[in-house]
Amino acid sequence: MAMNYNAKDEVDGGPPCAPGGPAKTRRPDNTAFKQQRLPAWQPILTAGTVLPTFFIIGLIFIPIGIGIFVTSNNIREIEGNVFMYYGLSNFYQNHRRYVKSRDDSQLNGDSSALLNPSKECEPYRRNEDKPIAPCGAIANSMFNDTLELFLIGNGSYPTPITLKKKGIAWWTDKNVKFRNPPGGENLQERFKGTTKPVNWLKPVYMLDSDPDNNGFINEDFIVWMRTAALPTFRKLYRLIERKSDLHPTLPAGRYYLNITYNYPVHSFDGRKRMILSTISWMGGKNPFLGIAYIAIGSISFLLGVVLLVINHKYRNSSNTADITI
Amino acid sequence: MTEPRQWTRRCWQRLIGGAARDDGERSYDYSSLLACGGKVSQTPRPAGRHRVVVPHLWPFKDEYEKFPGAYVNNRIRTTKYTLLNFVPRNLFEQFHRVANLYFLFLVVLNWVPLVEAFQKEITMLPLVVVLTMIAIKDGLEDYRKYKIDKQINNLVTKVYSRKEKNYVDRCWKDVTVGDFIRLSCNEVIPADMVLLFSTDPDGICHIETSGLDGESNLKQRQVVRGYTEQDSEVDPEKFSSRIECESPNNDLNRFRGFLEHSNKERVGLSKENLLLRGCTIRNTEAVVGIVVYAGHETKAMLNNSGPRYKRSKLERRANTDVLWCVLLLVIMCLTGALGHGIWLSRYESTLIFYIPEPDGRILSPVLAGFYMFWTMIILLQVLIPISLYVSIEIVKLGQIYFIQNDVDFYNEKMNSTVQCRALNIAEDLGQIQYLFSDKTGTLTENKMVFRRCSVVGFDYCHEENAKRLESYQEAVSEDEDFTDTLGGSLGNMVKQRNHSCRTVHNGPMGRKPSTHVAGSSFTLGSGEGGSEMLHSRQAAFSSPMETDVVPDTRLLDKFSQITPQLFSPLDETTQHPALETLHIIDFFIALAICNTVVVSAPNQPRQKIRCPSLGGMPIKSLEDIKNLFQRWSVRRSSSPSLAGGKEPPSGAPVSFVSRLPLLNRMKLASPVEEEVSQSSGGSACYTDTEKQNRDESPMNGKGECPPAQSLASSLCYEAESPDEAALVYAARAYQCTLQSRTPEQVTVDLAALGPLTFQLLHILPFDSVRKRMSVVVRHPLSNQVVVYTKGADSVIMELLSAASPDGASLEKQQMTIRDKTQKHLDDYAKRGLRTLCIARKVMSDTEYAEWLRNHFLAETSIDNREELLLESAMRLENKLTLLGATGIEDRLQEGVPESIEALHKAGIKIWMLTGDKQETAVNIAYACKLLEPNDKLFVLNTQSQDACEMLMSTILQELQKKYRVSSEQPSLRVDLLRPPVPQDSGIRAGLVITGRTLEFALQESLQRQFLELTSWCQAVVCCRATPLQKSEVVKLVRSHLRVMTLAIGDGANDVSMIQVADIGIGVSGQEGMQAVMASDFAISQFRHLSKLLLVHGHWCYTRLSNMILYFFYKNVAYVNLLFWYQFFCGFSGTSMTDYWVLILFNLFFTSAPPVIYGVLEKDVSADTLLQLPELYKSGQKSEAYSPLTFWITLLDAFYQSLVCFFVPYFTYRGSDIDIFMFGNPLNTAALFIILLHLVIESKSLTWIHVLVIVGSILSYFVFTLAFGAMCVTCNPPSNPYWIMQEHMLDPVFYLVCVLTTCVALLPRFTYRVLQGSLFPSPILRAKYFDRLTPEERTEALKKWREAGKKNQLPSQCTDQSADKSGGRPLPGPSAVFAMKSATSCAIKQGDISVCETAFDPQCSESKASDMAGSSGS
Repeated sequence: MAMNYNAKDEVDGGPPCAPGGPAKTRRPDNTAFKQQRLPAWQPILTAGTVLPTFFIIGLIFIPIGIGIFVTSNNIREIEGNVFMYYGLSNFYQNHRRYVKSRDDSQLNGDSSALLNPSKECEPYRRNEDKPIAPCGAIANSMFNDTLELFLIGNGSYPTPITLKKKGIAWWTDKNVKFRNPPGGENLQERFKGTTKPVNWLKPVYMLDSDPDNNGFINEDFIVWMRTAALPTFRKLYRLIERKSDLHPTLPAGRYYLNITYNYPVHSFDGRKRMILSTISWMGGKNPFLGIAYIAIGSISFLLGVVLLVINHKYRNSSNTADITI
Repeated sequence: MTEPRQWTRRCWQRLIGGAARDDGERSYDYSSLLACGGKVSQTPRPAGRHRVVVPHLWPFKDEYEKFPGAYVNNRIRTTKYTLLNFVPRNLFEQFHRVANLYFLFLVVLNWVPLVEAFQKEITMLPLVVVLTMIAIKDGLEDYRKYKIDKQINNLVTKVYSRKEKNYVDRCWKDVTVGDFIRLSCNEVIPADMVLLFSTDPDGICHIETSGLDGESNLKQRQVVRGYTEQDSEVDPEKFSSRIECESPNNDLNRFRGFLEHSNKERVGLSKENLLLRGCTIRNTEAVVGIVVYAGHETKAMLNNSGPRYKRSKLERRANTDVLWCVLLLVIMCLTGALGHGIWLSRYESTLIFYIPEPDGRILSPVLAGFYMFWTMIILLQVLIPISLYVSIEIVKLGQIYFIQNDVDFYNEKMNSTVQCRALNIAEDLGQIQYLFSDKTGTLTENKMVFRRCSVVGFDYCHEENAKRLESYQEAVSEDEDFTDTLGGSLGNMVKQRNHSCRTVHNGPMGRKPSTHVAGSSFTLGSGEGGSEMLHSRQAAFSSPMETDVVPDTRLLDKFSQITPQLFSPLDETTQHPALETLHIIDFFIALAICNTVVVSAPNQPRQKIRCPSLGGMPIKSLEDIKNLFQRWSVRRSSSPSLAGGKEPPSGAPVSFVSRLPLLNRMKLASPVEEEVSQSSGGSACYTDTEKQNRDESPMNGKGECPPAQSLASSLCYEAESPDEAALVYAARAYQCTLQSRTPEQVTVDLAALGPLTFQLLHILPFDSVRKRMSVVVRHPLSNQVVVYTKGADSVIMELLSAASPDGASLEKQQMTIRDKTQKHLDDYAKRGLRTLCIARKVMSDTEYAEWLRNHFLAETSIDNREELLLESAMRLENKLTLLGATGIEDRLQEGVPESIEALHKAGIKIWMLTGDKQETAVNIAYACKLLEPNDKLFVLNTQSQDACEMLMSTILQELQKKYRVSSEQPSLRVDLLRPPVPQDSGIRAGLVITGRTLEFALQESLQRQFLELTSWCQAVVCCRATPLQKSEVVKLVRSHLRVMTLAIGDGANDVSMIQVADIGIGVSGQEGMQAVMASDFAISQFRHLSKLLLVHGHWCYTRLSNMILYFFYKNVAYVNLLFWYQFFCGFSGTSMTDYWVLILFNLFFTSAPPVIYGVLEKDVSADTLLQLPELYKSGQKSEAYSPLTFWITLLDAFYQSLVCFFVPYFTYRGSDIDIFMFGNPLNTAALFIILLHLVIESKSLTWIHVLVIVGSILSYFVFTLAFGAMCVTCNPPSNPYWIMQEHMLDPVFYLVCVLTTCVALLPRFTYRVLQGSLFPSPILRAKYFDRLTPEERTEALKKWREAGKKNQLPSQCTDQSADKSGGRPLPGPSAVFAMKSATSCAIKQGDISVCETAFDPQCSESKASDMAGSSGS
C-alpha cells in the first residue's frame, strides 16, 4: 500500500522545518489539561460521606411539606377573592390536532390572517366562503354555558352575586397575544368579511358588551384558548371580589346556581362542574405536594438512619483499610 | 480513472459496514499482504490493453498525440471531494449510514400531512445539524489530504527539456508519460520508469523500497539490455525506440513489456528494469529513465488503498442496543396506535374536540390507529439517539487527542510520539484479552550488538564492550546526547555519518525537494533528525551502539600476535601455537566475508566501494603471504606436532617473520583502530614498534586505495539482517575491515596483513531449512578454495568433521575445542544471546570442481530443484573445522519485562510469534518475563499431525489432572467459549510451539484442541512462524474464542497479523514503515503499550461505555415523558413541550455535558491504573457496558421518567393548567435530573464539567425566557409565550422541580452509596489510592497484593511451591533446554514426544498434600 500514507504521516507529523534550523520537538506540552491531570473533585459515594446529605434533605423537606400541606388545607375557607371555575371532564382539549387548530396571527389582530386564516384551522377555516373569525376547532368548541350565582338569603329574593368578568386571563395574553383587528370604529366593522364559528351562537364581536372585553380580547375566549393540559380540567370563569375585610366574600348560606345550558358534553361522556375556590400562594387546593414532600423527607431521613447503621458497622470499610478487601 | 473506482468500493464497504453487520468481518488490505508475498487479489485490469510509450519529445509529437488523454499525468489527488462536488458527494456518503437514513425517513414522514407530528421544518433540524458537523469534519480531513497532495505534487525533479537541451527542474505533477528523468543518488523516484542508464558500470541501480514494502535493504535494478554497454549517458534526443508494456496494474512484482528500436528490434523488459514511484535511488550516482506510468497509474498508487474502517466492539454492542431501542420504540408506538384506536372507538358520535378529515369524514379507529403509529414514530424519534453517533465521534476525537498528547509516549530519541491512525477504535484498547507480539524489533531493539565470542575454545567475554553498552544505556536514559559519552570522537563521527547517510530518507515522497549536495543535506538531515521516518532507516545505518565494538583485550593481544613481533626470531618467549592465531585470523575473515553485506561510503553520492586497483598492492609481499599460508596449510595436514599446539613453529616462521616487517608497513592504519586503542583504556596491546609502524602507515598506504584511510572509518554496511552487520562491525573492531564487495570479489583489510582480496566463488545463502550460510572463496594467500560457514550451533556442530586424518591428537584437540565451544554456546544462550557458529573447510581444487559440477546440475535442473540444491549444499557444508562462536545480543527494549508483567497481571494472554528459532525465542521469553522460571513449560515440536494430536491430548490430560487436584473441581468441561481460568487455578503454564507443528495445530481437526490447550497457558511462544502463520493464529484465536485481540509488530512480516487483529499496533523502529502503515496505532517502544492499554484503553473504554449508556438513559428518560403524556391526551401524539425546546433539549441543552464526560471522565488516576493492572480486567469483561448495565440503565430511565411525569401530574391534576404550563416544569425537572444524574455518575469533576453543566442550565433558562418573551406569534400554531416567566414567579414551580429531581435521583444515588459502602468494585476501591500520600500508597498497594493472593485460594499452592523451590535452583531456561533436547531425541525415536518439563514432581506433590490438608481442616 501506501507510499502516500507514508508521506502523509510524515508531513502530518509536524511542519517541515527549515534546513539547518533546530528540529521542532514533538513532545506534547506537559500541561495539566493535556496530561489529564486537571484538579478534580472526586466524590466517593459511601455511607459515611453522604450521610449528612440524607439528613439535610429530610430536615428540609419535612417542614416544607408540612407548610404546603397546611396552606393547601387552609384554602377551604372562602375568604379573600373567590374564584369561580367551570370544570369539564373527559374533554380532550389536548388532542394534538385540536391543539393546533388555531391561528395565532389572526388572534393577534393581523388583518391579513383575519381574512385568510392559517391552514391549521381546517376544517374550521371558512364557512360559506367566508373566513371564520376566530378560526379553528378550539374557538369553535368554546364553552358557552352561562353561570349565574345567587345567594338565597333568609328571605325572599335571591340576590345575584357580582361576578367579575375581567381579570381572569393573563395580562400578557390580554394585552399582547390577543388583539382585535385594526381599523374601523366599531368592532363589527373590524370583523367585516368574516363569519362566526359554526358552533357559536353569536359572532365574536358580540361576546360582550364591554368593548374592552369583546372580540378577540374577550377574557372568556382567551381563557378557553389556553388549552388545558389534561382531559379533566377547570377554567377560570369569574372572579368574586371581596367587598370588605370584615365579611367573608361568600357568607354562609344557600346559593342558587343558574346555568344556561348551551354546551353539550354527552357525546364524550363529559361532565360539567362549577368550582368555587380561593387560591393561596401555591394555587388551588392540592394536598399532593405537601404529602409528597413529607413522604420524601421521611424516606430520606430513614435512609440516613440506615446509612448511619451501615457506616457504623462498616466503619473500617470506608477508610483505607477497606482497599485490602 | 481509478480513483472513482476506489471511491465506489469504499462506499460499498461503508454501506456494508453500516448495515449493522455484527460479525466484525473486515475487508483486509490485500495490497500489503502482497508486499509480504501474498498473491494479488484485486482483479488485475484486463491485460488485453497494452500501452505504448514514446518519448515525449517533438520528433514523435505526432505519434505522441495519438494517445491523447490516455495516460494520466503525474499529478495525484487522494482527496475524496472537490469544491464542487463536496456537498452532493458528502451527503451521498453520509446517507449510507443507516442511522442517517432513518432520520431522513422521519423527516420525509413528517411531510405526510396525515401523520405529521411536528412542524415540518423542525424535524429536519437534528439531521441537518448532524450532517453539517460530519461534513465539516470530513471537509477538514479532506483539506489536509489536499495540502499533502499539493506538497507532493510540487516536489521537483529533473526532466529533459528539448528546448534547453538539458534536464530542467520540473514539478512532479508536470511529469508525463514519455518524459526522460534524471535522478541523482538518494532522490525519490517520481513515477514508474524504465531504467535506461545508470552511472554504475555494470548498469545496475540500487533502489530502496521501504516506502513500498518496508524492506530497508537495497534492491537491484538493471538497465535495459542493450543500453548497458553504452559508455555515455543516454541521449534523449537520439532515443528513437518505443516501449510497449502492459496496462497499469497493481502488481509490484510484475512488469512485462518490450522496447522496440527503430529497426524493429525488440528487447524484453521485466520488473528488473522498472523503477517504482516512491522508491529511493541508492548507491548510484545518477540514473536516467523514461516514464511509463505516471500519477495514479503507478504501481505504488494503485496499491494505495483507502483507510480501513473498523468498528469497535463497544460500538457493535451499542448498535445492538440501538436495535433494542428500535424495538422499544416500535412497542411504544404500537401502544400509542392501539391506545388511540381504542380511545377513538369509545366514542360513538362526532366529538367536538376531534377534528374530522378535510372531507368531513371521520377516520375509523383502525385507520386512525395506523396513522397514529407513524405519528408516534416521529414524536418519539429521539428514542433512537441521533446525537449519539455524532457525540461518539466527537468523544473519540477528544480521546485520541489526549492519547496523542500523552507526554509519556514521547520518545526523545526519535522525537516521536504515539500515532493514532485509526480514530474510532480507541476504546477497544481497554478490552484486549489476547496480545500477539512479534519478537525482534518489538520486544527487542533489533539492534544486534556483538557481545562475546569464543574462538578455538577460548571465551572472550568482551568486558569493556559490555561496560560500554551499559554506559551507553545510561547515557541514553539520562541524556539524549549519548554519543559524546562513549567512543569519543568516533561516536560523533558515526553519528554525523548517520545523519548524512540518512539525509535523503525524507520518506519516499520527500518532504521537500531533495537536495543533492552533500553539505546541505547534512544539515537537513540533522534538522530532521526527529522524524520517525529517519529512524526506520536504522537497519541500514546502524547506531554507534551497534557499530562500535570495543575489542576484548585478551583477544586483541592474541590478535596482535600476528604482528611480526610474535614471529621475531629474537623473541624467545613467544611460545604460542600459531594454529590458534591462524584460527583467529580465519575466524575474523569469516565474520567479515561470510555474509551478503553491501559496503558503501556515506559521502554523497553514495556509491559502492570497490577497489578494483588492488593490483597496486605490491605483488611481491602478497606472494609472500600466500606462501606462508600455503605452507601453513600444508603443515597442518602433515605435521601433527604443530596441530598439537605445544611447540612453536620452528622453521617456517623464520622466513615468514623476516618478511613481515615489510608486510606490516603495508597495512593501513585506520582511525578506528586508533580510537579503539584509546578507548580500550590502555590495553597495552600496541608496542612501540607498532605505533611507529602506525605512524608510518599513512605514507605506506599511499599506493593503493587512496582514500582508504578515511574509507575504513566511514564505510557504511548495509546488511539484510542486523546480525550480519553486527558481525562485520565486530570484525572491523579487530582491524579486519570489510572494504568492498562485488559479485566477484570481496576485499578485507586485515590490519596485520594488509588488504586481501578474496575471489568469491560461490555464496550459498541463508535459508531456514539449513539454518546456515556459506561462502566459497579462493583464499588469496593460500590460493586454496575455502568454505566459510556460519550458522546455528545445532546445525554446525553436527557438520564438524568427525574423524580427522591427522590422528588422535588433533582430533582430540578438535573435540576439546568443540566441547568448550559448546559450553560457551550454552552459556551465551542462557544469557539470551543469539548464537552463531563459525566454521571453515579447505577444499582442494578438484574437490571443488567436482562439487561445482554437481551444483551446476542442481541449479539447472527443473524438477526438485530445491531439494537438489539442498543436497548440493549439504555436500559442501560438511567436515567443517570449528573456528568459534559468537554471541550477539538483541537487547530487550527498555521496560519490556515490566510491561509484560503488568499486562499479564491485567489478565491479558500474551503470545509471542516470532520467526526466530526456538532457543532464542524461549530465552527472550524468559528474559522479558513472558515465561516465569516457575512456569510449567510445554514444547510442541512434532513432525506429524498425529503426533501433534497425541502430544496435545497428553498435555491436556495432565493439565486437567493438575487442575482438578489444585482446584478440587470434580469435572471440568472445557468450553471453548469459556475457557477455564487458569490464572486462578494456580497453574502457570507456558507453551512453545514451532512453526512446523503450528501448521498441524492450525488444521481444522486440531484447532479446538490447540485452543483448549493454549487457554491453559498464560504465555504461548510460536517460533519459526511465517507471516502467514502469524495471521492465521490471530485469526483462529479471534474467531474461535471470540476475544479481543491485539497484534503488535514492527516489520513487514507482521503486517498481515496486524491487519487481522482487532487492534494492530505498529512499532515504528528499525524495519521500515510497513507495519506502522498497516497499524491502527503506532508507538515507538513496546513499553508504551502498557500505558496505552492499562491507562488510555481503560479510560477510553469506561468513558465511552458510560457515555453511551448515559445517552441511552437520557433519551429514554426524556422521550418517555412524552409517552406518558399520551395516556392523557387520547394517544393523539401531542407534545406538552414546545417543539423547539423539545428538539433543542437533546441537541443543545443536554449534549455538551455527556461529551465532556466522555472525554474527561477519569475513574481512577493513571498512576493507580499502572500500579494495579488488575483493574484492566473490568474492561475485558465489559463490566462497564454489558447487557445487564444497559437494561438497568433503561429501567432507571423508565423510573425517572415516571417520576418526572407523575409528580407534576399529581400536583397539577384538576387545575386550570394548560399544556405548556404543564410541560415546562416537566422539562425543567428533566433537565436537572439528567444533568445531576451525570454528576452522580461522574467519578471526577473538574472546572470544565462545572462550566459545561452550569452553562447548559443557564442556556436552557436563557433560551426559554427569551423565546417565551419574544415569540408571540412566531411559532404557530403553538408557542410558549410568557410561560417560563409565569413559572419563574411561581413558588410551586420550584417546589415541583426540586421534589421531582430528588425523587427521581434518589434510587440511583442510594444505590451508588450502598455500592460504595457495601460492595465496592475493585475500581471503586482503587479510587482510594488517589487520595493517599505516596507512602500510604505503597503500603496500601502491598496490602492489596497480599489480599489479592489470599483471595485466590488455589494460588496458595503457587506461593508455597515458590517458597519451597526457593531452596534449590529454580528450574530455569537450562532445564528447558535439557527438556528440549530430550524432545528432539524422542522425535527421532518414535515421532512422538511427550514433553514433561522442568516442573518438578515434588512441587506438585506438595501442592496435592496442601490441598488435601486444607480440605481436611
